[in-house]
Amino acid sequence: MCENCGCAATGPEHVQVVKPLLERNDAEARHNRAHFDAHGVLAVNLMSAPGSGKTRLLEVTIPALRDEYPCAVIEGDLETDNDAARIRRHGIPAVQITTGSACHLDARMVHHALHELDLDGLALLFIENVGNLVCPASFALGTHRDVVLVSVTEGDDKPAKYPVMFRNADLVLVTKVDLLGVLDDFEVANVARQVRELGNPAPVVAISARTGEGLELWLDWLRAQSATLYGAVDRGVAALGTT
Amino acid sequence: MHELAVCQALLDEVERIARARRAKRVAAVRVRVGALAGVEPELLQRAYEVARAGTLAEDASLAIEDSPVRVYCPRCGNEGTVQVPRLVCAACGEWRTEVVAGDDLTLMSVELVAADGVRAGGS
Repeated sequence: MCENCGCAATGPEHVQVVKPLLERNDAEARHNRAHFDAHGVLAVNLMSAPGSGKTRLLEVTIPALRDEYPCAVIEGDLETDNDAARIRRHGIPAVQITTGSACHLDARMVHHALHELDLDGLALLFIENVGNLVCPASFALGTHRDVVLVSVTEGDDKPAKYPVMFRNADLVLVTKVDLLGVLDDFEVANVARQVRELGNPAPVVAISARTGEGLELWLDWLRAQSATLYGAVDRGVAALGTT
Repeated sequence: MHELAVCQALLDEVERIARARRAKRVAAVRVRVGALAGVEPELLQRAYEVARAGTLAEDASLAIEDSPVRVYCPRCGNEGTVQVPRLVCAACGEWRTEVVAGDDLTLMSVELVAADGVRAGGS
């Protein structure tokens, strides 16, 4: 075959690739993860539909955990910095990402937000994703754990309707359960059954930010994740550099 | 509608490959979309037609290969196709299955053209 003039080549060149389509985002997510690991920070990605109570959950979680685990929050929204302002009122650093029309956070947006956040001395970082049960599921951020919220007013068939999101959840929180008394069509057990049918062993925890029901289970879950990653250290002592 | 963001990632990678091989343009792109990848093939196709404008893939077709979900059952050893959203073992009903196919979003291949009728990447 002539290799000089290309005369033997008649058609286009076929190039076999076989590579994850979102490889660049995945690489940036790994970069974020390395950053979290280097600082001993547990990073948690909170995802749900709009209005499921992600920010409200953080508002009760932060005061309960802040002495034990210094925390910060990255907020993702299409517009406004309302959520970051709500978090800052608790004296916690919060960085707002406004995505404009983008329906999800991606690893690069989180990377940029991390430039505005000092991870030194932090133990816990919550990333509140854009309210959406579809798009955020496709973009890794580099967080260690994915937590998916579903509020009782949304209906108990959400895991079956949004399988990609719920299959990858490390924890499912059924929120606003203080309203169960006035609803006749929501069973927490149905949520759990559908999560299992997706092959997902994640715990399903019923919680109410208003009454505090289930809050200890959620806090204990967070403590356990941190201990799994970094050991059950006394952070107060470790921060003093005791050997 | 994250399919547009997916298309932009796809086109970035396709253009990178085309430039590395000194292709003049891209004739065709093939991707595989798993049923659990979280991407709608029809929306991807439409987003692609918008996103490809002004790129080396401006005239390139997009072929989307479907990939059904397959699970392996560690309890009975069965492997088979399942229908989302029920990923339980079809043979024994076990829910602790492992997805072995159908959750990926993969760039499979590209067709490159160096110049009209000439193969790209040749010496």
